[in-house]
Amino acid sequence: MTTDNAAPASGSILVVGGGISGLTATLEAAEVGYEVFLVEKNPYLGGRVSQLNQYFPKLCPPSCGLEINFRRIKDNPKVKVFTLAEVEKVSGTPGNYDVTIKLNPRFVNENCTACGACAEACQAEIANEFNFGMDRIKAAYLPHNMAFPTRYTISSQIKGTEDAQRCQEACKYDAIDFNMEPKSLTLKVGSVIWATGWEPYDATRIDNLGFGQYQNIITNMMMERLAATNGPTKGKILRPSDNKEPESIAFVQCAGSRDENHLPYCSYICCMASLKQATYVRERYPDAKIYIFYIDLRTPGNRYEKFYKKIKEDRNIFLIKGKVAEVNEEAGTGNITVVAENAVTGDKVKQTVDMVVLATGMQPSAANSKLPADLKYTEDGFILNDFSKGGMFAAGCANKPADVVSSNQNATGMALKAIQTLVKR
Amino acid sequence: MDKKYGVYICTGCGIGDALDIKDLCGVPEEEGLPVQTHPFLCGKEGIDLIKKDMKEKGINTMVIGACSRRVNFDVFKFDGCIVERVNLREQVVWSHPRSVYPALTEDQKGSSEHCDRVQMLAEDYIKMGMARVEKVKLPEAYKLDSFTRKILVIGGGITGMSSALDAAAAGYEVTIVEKESTLGGYAKKVRKQLPVDAPFQNLISPVVGDKIRAVEAEPKITVKTNTLVARIAGEPGNFNVTLKKPGEKIEFDVPFPLPAEMKVDENGKEYEKDKLVELYKEYNVGKTDILQFDPNGEKFGAVILAAGWRPDNIEGDAYAHLGVGTIPDVVTNSQFEEIAAKGKIKRPSDGKEAKNVVFIQSPGKDDDSDFNYCGAVTSLVSLKQAKYVREDYADGKAYVIYQHMRTPGLQENFYKAVQQDEGIFLTKGTIASVSKNGGGLIVEADNTLLGEKIQIKADMVVLAAGMVPETKFDPVVNLAYRQGPGFRDNALFDQYADSNFICFPYETQRTGIYAAGCVRRSMTMEESMEDAAGAALKAIQCIESSSRGVSVHPRSGDMTFPDFFFQRCTQCKRCTEECPFGALDDDEKGTPKPNPSRCRRCGTCMGACPERIIGFADYNIDSIGSQVKAIRVPSEDDYDEPPFRILGLVCENDAYPAIDIAGMNKLSFSADVRLIPVRCLGSVNVIWIKDALAQGMDGVFLLGCKHGDDYQCHFVKGSELADIRMKKIGDALASLALEEERVTQFQVAIDEYDKIPEIINKFVEEVEALGPNPFKGF
Repeated sequence: MTTDNAAPASGSILVVGGGISGLTATLEAAEVGYEVFLVEKNPYLGGRVSQLNQYFPKLCPPSCGLEINFRRIKDNPKVKVFTLAEVEKVSGTPGNYDVTIKLNPRFVNENCTACGACAEACQAEIANEFNFGMDRIKAAYLPHNMAFPTRYTISSQIKGTEDAQRCQEACKYDAIDFNMEPKSLTLKVGSVIWATGWEPYDATRIDNLGFGQYQNIITNMMMERLAATNGPTKGKILRPSDNKEPESIAFVQCAGSRDENHLPYCSYICCMASLKQATYVRERYPDAKIYIFYIDLRTPGNRYEKFYKKIKEDRNIFLIKGKVAEVNEEAGTGNITVVAENAVTGDKVKQTVDMVVLATGMQPSAANSKLPADLKYTEDGFILNDFSKGGMFAAGCANKPADVVSSNQNATGMALKAIQTLVKR
Repeated sequence: MDKKYGVYICTGCGIGDALDIKDLCGVPEEEGLPVQTHPFLCGKEGIDLIKKDMKEKGINTMVIGACSRRVNFDVFKFDGCIVERVNLREQVVWSHPRSVYPALTEDQKGSSEHCDRVQMLAEDYIKMGMARVEKVKLPEAYKLDSFTRKILVIGGGITGMSSALDAAAAGYEVTIVEKESTLGGYAKKVRKQLPVDAPFQNLISPVVGDKIRAVEAEPKITVKTNTLVARIAGEPGNFNVTLKKPGEKIEFDVPFPLPAEMKVDENGKEYEKDKLVELYKEYNVGKTDILQFDPNGEKFGAVILAAGWRPDNIEGDAYAHLGVGTIPDVVTNSQFEEIAAKGKIKRPSDGKEAKNVVFIQSPGKDDDSDFNYCGAVTSLVSLKQAKYVREDYADGKAYVIYQHMRTPGLQENFYKAVQQDEGIFLTKGTIASVSKNGGGLIVEADNTLLGEKIQIKADMVVLAAGMVPETKFDPVVNLAYRQGPGFRDNALFDQYADSNFICFPYETQRTGIYAAGCVRRSMTMEESMEDAAGAALKAIQCIESSSRGVSVHPRSGDMTFPDFFFQRCTQCKRCTEECPFGALDDDEKGTPKPNPSRCRRCGTCMGACPERIIGFADYNIDSIGSQVKAIRVPSEDDYDEPPFRILGLVCENDAYPAIDIAGMNKLSFSADVRLIPVRCLGSVNVIWIKDALAQGMDGVFLLGCKHGDDYQCHFVKGSELADIRMKKIGDALASLALEEERVTQFQVAIDEYDKIPEIINKFVEEVEALGPNPFKGF
């Protein structure tokens, strides 16, 4: 060794949120040599990206990158993962935080082998949140088939019911424990990365776009689940009202985004997401017609522009510059008529389609419930980073609307910022 | 390590119900290995059982027949022990339910008419597991002889400086090399900068001055201006770098490989090896070979490439309608920035005040594409420069004509702020022409939001030219690597230095070299500064991993590295040429020189080597070959109709998990197939395939990632190289009088678990149609 003047690895980092940004921040810091606690509120890691069918522009499955990340976690003793966990309180100063974490009961302990006997025995079903309620699953369930950790979860709804007993009897490994109570745990960490991600904007709040009112209007995230092999339709895209294979689909861009009444900013991903989803439809239904209503097509950079170019060549895809003003359901058929003004020609466009996808924007998770720490936010709930103060940093979509590329980029940088806080200590 | 073996079989999760455990235990017993079963091996009692054996009997090498290695990874981890997980659950009993493959009745057992395919599968897998542990060793980390934690940053622009400051703030020493005489790069040439903070509405003064001062005040940072990288030799943790002044010619300038057209004679035939060496030397006359060590070189642990970008030249017929080259007052955005930075905006042609300026974002004609190499940043720059016009002239007017206003995310706020400016007129439009009109210019646009053709009188026209990565023109890093001085296959990425831009954005195909800023994609300064922090982290991480002697992404933490048995090397150079990361350098004779910390441990070299002299402690020709040989191939001596035997070599990253998920979903596929996970299809050596066929197996398939432009291979090239090798295997099969259809490769994505049964079963049927391998039974 000729030089050895780097700061030794000391102190720990807390990462809040186990989506792609949180995973990246966790692993990048842990592989430098730091101890990292990763706290995730869901029973599984992967967050929003685990719900996606494919990434743009490569059209590759997110589970591919997730699997590698999970393997990195498995191989790294420096990473400690808490699922079904929430941060209750963070106090202290950069380099020296006390964190209280609440662990919610899974009702399944570490004995679980993921054999699935409890789910087979359980009769009660609950709405499948992972699929946005489009199907139902057993109340004893694996959130999805790539779920990591690979461990079942039981809904508190069946506590004290016959189903609880059925599950317990079916489990040969004594893995089910309905006496589990929420637990608190405290950690001392030097820095915190908030990777709390985003929620799809509540589309029922966009009055003129008919979501929740008409069955055949879905959101873009629901479309991802419909297209996914492990989704409610096993990858078939079917319209909700009658399971018909759609012959025509309209995509409504900026559903909530770039709108002072809803989300004043651009949600970054929706243009590319809709172009990508157009390929899902075209792959399954070679004759289907696709209408995309947009304000601007935001496909910046060589890679995204290339992807857009390919889409433009498809003669069954129609791109219309115009904001959708209203939607109506056709009596009897369940078809939807989309009304927009073509911004270039000024003509009123009416297009009747089998199904409508709202390109719903992203809202930071902190917009609806502030985080239990001394953080500053934009008016819209994005966490502001104060690099001169250090200590706590927002990564990924907790900080700004971003695609997966930018989120990973940002999360890697924030891992370094978190390390800098520990070094300065 | 003195191996003491133990075999443990879990009978839980349906394993014990589906299999004859007594017979299964007979497999290790026959070879004299102790075997224990437990109904819940991953539970406390089961683990204690193993631990007791470790303590009392000194067991240190175990075969665990239970669930997939993807689960219970932590409970079956025993320090200092070799552990092989035999996947009896997902890949035997769950994917081959007794409802499809009924167990034999007592009468049927032992008869030559019936065989229990599932039991045979399980027994083979146990045997294969035993074979593997016999052949592998516990890895020991590779330690570099000489090691440094210093970081080299190439490029002293906003990105490079930010990277250096970020690395220094984490405690690392950094040297910045900058080819110009001062730090600052393009950032120093701008009048104002886009907002970097909420509310993202107003332009700010450039932050570059503060950055330069911070760099100069930071004792951990050394700045070398007027300096270029002549060559980077060595490996992460121990790069040996030669620096030089621009324009200098020195002996340590890196030699370039012969261009393809110089490798062939006038008839297009490639020259002989000796002639090629001679030509190469001629081509690089005055430069020392890549393996020549520069005694005055500086040592660095990792490199951050922040070489930035050049403004694109907009020229040629395609842009003639824009007045490019004919009208001096038509300029590019970077030229306009230069004018604006000097003071009030004046026209280049006559120095007259430019009060009416049209900003053109898209070349127009029949296409709504932006100029090449554009991005959100070029849209934002048009808006920024429109503001300049308004700053300079109270009566100034700026017109921004775009096809798509690309201001994603929170940058939308800046767009909205610009929209409030009455003197800035924004519209979608297709540019028809830019022409001279007396002393001024006239811009014609169609399809605008006004619904008609418009004409705008202007003093100047500004074109939103793109930002071309420096790596398009020059390798910059000048690596003294046998595969050449730059990044490989950059054309795939539009010459950006990149390889896996979605999931793992900083990875290049050269370990220890991380790209940041506009060499990766067009970015604003805000994004570049953020990107710089990420690249600094990766550089630090690589240094720390090298210091521990472990691999970086994607096999992070892997302690193994390729070991060569040089006595048998025939200098064929295949390993050097095929390594996706350029980890090997061969000498003049062609003997490879390994650089272990450049290696990502994919095993492509091992797959490429015809002499089979490359291997890893826990993964080598013999360890897989022995597993293949452990597969029992039933013949007519055993059964009237012996079942077929097919070998599947599957990529452990994506295909193996997909097969597990198929099992989890109780999707069934042929029980005559034996699967062996491999690190990457690139590591598959054809000897395994030949051996499998020579011992009478009926077919072999490879199952791995998609290759091509949108490749999904974690090692970039592995599945593609395997595909090439498989296509060449036909000749070898022909010499054995075997049909080439017996060997094939399939591409599968991790989420295509539902297709696994179809892929496997279809291949099995095709092989069955060919009939049994004639070597069977010999």
